[in-house]
Amino acid sequence: MTDILFIILCTIGSLVTLVAAVGILRMPDFYMRLSVTVKASTIGSGLLLLCAAMYFNVPDVTNRAMAIVLFLILTAPVAGHMIGRAAYMGKAKLWKDSKLDELEGMYDEDHHLRSGQSKKELQENDEKKADIQP
Amino acid sequence: MTLYYLLYFFALPVNCIAMILVFIRIYKGPTVFDRIVALDLLITMGIGTIAIYSIITKQPLFLDVAMILALIGFLSTVAFSYYLEKRKDND
Repeated sequence: MTDILFIILCTIGSLVTLVAAVGILRMPDFYMRLSVTVKASTIGSGLLLLCAAMYFNVPDVTNRAMAIVLFLILTAPVAGHMIGRAAYMGKAKLWKDSKLDELEGMYDEDHHLRSGQSKKELQENDEKKADIQP
Repeated sequence: MTLYYLLYFFALPVNCIAMILVFIRIYKGPTVFDRIVALDLLITMGIGTIAIYSIITKQPLFLDVAMILALIGFLSTVAFSYYLEKRKDND
């Protein structure tokens, strides 16, 4: 009877993993690839690990599997944010049909947020840049 | 018994095909960022595959490997993105 539960969990996990792979291959843009893979891979591996935890049904193994799931859920968004920021600073191209880039012009060239600086700091930074590049 | 058939003939092949698709993206990837994201996804898929394999062989010890793999994957992605942000010209 519990076999049906394992079968459902494993099937959904495998299919979600496949969806993530198709997404990273077919999406036209770096940012879309990032958004597909981080979500789908977390759910896919999480369901497979949940299936393993329920199959063995020992507190020791369950703790270990749940620790991995928790770690994946905590770290996947952080890694996705860091690589997305690095790609934006490295000027990864948007898709040609993208309508809106809300971050455009919000960062100066030293990768500091412009809105976080006061007017005085902004002026000083601009003067420094003007000194460096006459 | 059907669980083993499912794992052998559905779950493992599907994971294998997914890994091949990710490898195609690593080969094609226009920028270095695509390759890093694909590598991260590959490591996460490896964790899922290890979970399936531990069910097939009834060896829960393999889950330790998955835990270390998750740690290394997160660390490598963060290190790559940290140093790529410092770099001046990206291809």
